[in-house]
Amino acid sequence: MAELGISGLDISGLSMAGLAIERVTKRFGEHTAVDSLSLQIQPGEFVALLGPSGCGKTTMLRMLAGFETVNEGRIQLGNRILASSETHVPPEQRNMAMVFQSYALWPHMSVADNVGYPVKLRGLRGAAYQQKVRQALALVELEAYAERMPQALSGGQRQRVALARCLVSDPSVVLLDEPLANLDRHLRATMEHSFRDFHRRTGATLVYVTHDQSEAMALADKIAVMKAGQLVQWGAPETLYRQPRTAWVAGFIGQGSQLRVAAGSPGKHLESAVLMRGLNAIESERTQTVLVRPEHIQVSTAPSRSSQLTAQVESVIFRGERYELSLRLPSGETLLAYHHTAPEPGSYVAVSLDQGWCLEPGA
Amino acid sequence: MTPALTYSSQHRWLLSGLLIAIVLLSLAPSVRLLVEALSDLGQGRQSPLWQTLNSASTWRALWHSLYTSGLGMLIALVLGSLFAFAITLTNVRGKSWLVFCFMLPMMIPPQVTALSWLQLFGPASPLLKSIGMAPPLGSPQPLYSAEGIALLLGIQSAPLVFLALRTSLLSLPRELIEAARISGAKQAQVWGHIILPVTRSGLIAGGAMAFISSLGNFGIPAMLGIPAGYFVLPTLIYQRMANFGTGVLAEMAALSLLIGLLALAGVALQQHLMGRSRFGLGGHSGRSHDFTLGRWRNLATATLVCILLIILVAPLLALIVSSLVPAVGVPLNANTATLNAYTEVLGRQVATWRAMRNSLWLAGSAAVVLMLLSLPLAYRLQRLPERWRGAVLSAIEIPYALPGVVLAIACILLFVRPLPIINVALYGTLGLIFVAYLARFLVVCVKPVSASLAQLDSSLEEAAQLSGAGPWRRLGGIILPLVAPALFAGGLLVFLLAVNELTVSALLWSAGNETLGVLIFNLDQGGESVLASALSVLVVIMVAALMLALSLMAPRLPKGVIPWQS
Repeated sequence: MAELGISGLDISGLSMAGLAIERVTKRFGEHTAVDSLSLQIQPGEFVALLGPSGCGKTTMLRMLAGFETVNEGRIQLGNRILASSETHVPPEQRNMAMVFQSYALWPHMSVADNVGYPVKLRGLRGAAYQQKVRQALALVELEAYAERMPQALSGGQRQRVALARCLVSDPSVVLLDEPLANLDRHLRATMEHSFRDFHRRTGATLVYVTHDQSEAMALADKIAVMKAGQLVQWGAPETLYRQPRTAWVAGFIGQGSQLRVAAGSPGKHLESAVLMRGLNAIESERTQTVLVRPEHIQVSTAPSRSSQLTAQVESVIFRGERYELSLRLPSGETLLAYHHTAPEPGSYVAVSLDQGWCLEPGA
Repeated sequence: MTPALTYSSQHRWLLSGLLIAIVLLSLAPSVRLLVEALSDLGQGRQSPLWQTLNSASTWRALWHSLYTSGLGMLIALVLGSLFAFAITLTNVRGKSWLVFCFMLPMMIPPQVTALSWLQLFGPASPLLKSIGMAPPLGSPQPLYSAEGIALLLGIQSAPLVFLALRTSLLSLPRELIEAARISGAKQAQVWGHIILPVTRSGLIAGGAMAFISSLGNFGIPAMLGIPAGYFVLPTLIYQRMANFGTGVLAEMAALSLLIGLLALAGVALQQHLMGRSRFGLGGHSGRSHDFTLGRWRNLATATLVCILLIILVAPLLALIVSSLVPAVGVPLNANTATLNAYTEVLGRQVATWRAMRNSLWLAGSAAVVLMLLSLPLAYRLQRLPERWRGAVLSAIEIPYALPGVVLAIACILLFVRPLPIINVALYGTLGLIFVAYLARFLVVCVKPVSASLAQLDSSLEEAAQLSGAGPWRRLGGIILPLVAPALFAGGLLVFLLAVNELTVSALLWSAGNETLGVLIFNLDQGGESVLASALSVLVVIMVAALMLALSLMAPRLPKGVIPWQS
């Protein structure tokens, strides 16, 4: 599965059009599932909708597909309005494709029939049809399985059939609804590779829903972090990791500690000296929350110098390439740090912080 | 061996013993029938089986059975699939009421269905007379015909098709349809390419069940066919038994064997076809996929309501009108309306109270006994290997799957002589009907309990075991409270079916031992259709009330226990 052969698939056939989501709101009775969400997705971008379960990401995806109507706002593909409070283009006319969590392969059709169904509906017949199906199956390396029934395939193979079915009709947008949720860990890693590969080779616009932050970070060009129906932050994975807007995003993505300091303001970097001074201020002045990633913490078992803090080791966890330390600062706050050796729990270590990122208060 | 192990193995042996006894008792009638039908084969051309097979009336009745059941199945398929597709897949209005009303004909006893349709048509119809549309006297009753029988068989068994198809539609994952739509399929294409092929097994199952149930139906061909001299296999057996008594038992055993084999062949064919078209469906299911009907919504709802008006409301209305007139042929108006039939039936006819007492006693005690048996039986069944569980379920299903007439003949054969050792004669007593009911309805009570047990997490019982509860304690303190709703629903279903039962009791009753079903049948055969109508109205009210009671329990029951809810 490492390499997906792409012999002769017509990539230029993929229509290049950006997807614009403008202040889209969806209500189910009293409950607002998606609340005034706006996103601009460029042609060919790989976008992840990320958030905990119930945050509205799947509802957003189903609105893109056309399975749900839109209460307010609108969805636009290129110049074409797909959905607004007045219009609703049905799914079958949107020229999109979707990989479902359960793959949704039709059990009464062979692999080839499953893959060919979208182009058959578009009127393709005969040799041209055969050619299309063969190419799509070749792209996911399943030519040998064309005549099998879906029930006879493994989970990973079904996944690839679903992908091939998505490709065959040259859709403007490919939607993926937690496609890795039903696979085991090992297969997930392989499939992550093949998704990235697939995206690189086809250049299709991909919208990918997941609740797994590491999956989103590994795959997407841009990530929309959602919480309770609202967009919390929209940016590249690196931006989300280095400059999370709120304490909630900081806690959701990556590891790190949040400390109170008397320095800086939201959206600012803090250099080592400022950060250390701010940490030593009296309690009532320390009002700004700052995120410190563990890789920005220097730990030494030698006695501390004046520029360093003294912290007590609470617990030590072995993580293979390093140890993960949970430290207690004099202020009572906990600090997560990495170190190459394992200090005794209960002992004291010297700590210095290289940099920090100031977060917005509140949620 | 530790004492605890001895204790639990004693518990297991006891349950296994019960299981084996029940299986043997379920098989005994069929085996006895088989022995009777095949025993005299040595006599060659003189043997009853040979003679029966050589008789023209046998083949005529067989053809009549196949014709009416086949046509009935087609009608049931059309009606059942229309309702199943419309109610499950579209957004028609008032779904739960439509389902309840559509299921009602299945629960109304066949003889009452037949009686109410007879009151709807024909020159003597009080309803037609009241609205001045009755055909002239002497014109034929259109229902006294093969097609009339087939029509009513179709209406009566349409809910079976509906249920089977609805179950398979509900388990159709929503994603399969959405995947087709996003691939570019229009609604009609989604139907033709995805829904129909995937739910084919439900249609086949429903059709086969409708056919088998029509084949064994006695009430409808008896009420509509006997007056016209049109005999199907069950009514032929009934007629012969009524005319010649136990003297022709051997011949009747041969006939029963024929129809029993036909029914079992139907079951086997259904299993075979379903096995070929069943798919292991993955993905999320359960939520219905609404096809939005838009401006057709009201029209579709009105169509369904109209069909229900024709197949359910009109005949019941005719039945009620018939019960309010003083005599057959009198139109109903303000002057003629009378409750005389009710006071006559309830007040003066000793037979009514006796039949009611008999039916209530039979149905009630059958329900209680079967409830008591079902829990240990289902519990032991749950612990059997898959293959054995299937075999045991088939064994206890046989008395229910066989046409009632066949079971009745088998029970007569089994009990016509006094029981050995204890020397008790069951033949000619209520006891015989009681035993037949126990055999027939056991599976009705076991199935909900089994379904409920299968849903229970085994860790619940294991936790109790670790807390120190012995096997009986676990059965009573953990399992029983958790499956009690299903057990109770099973008991109510048995009661509902048994209290109106006619097919078995039609052959097993004797003077003083008539049941409600037999009484209505006899009243109508004796020309007392007004009294029969009044009694039928009371029966329909009772059925509807019991169904409502079960519906109210539905939230506490596992899915599928109550046939008309899902």
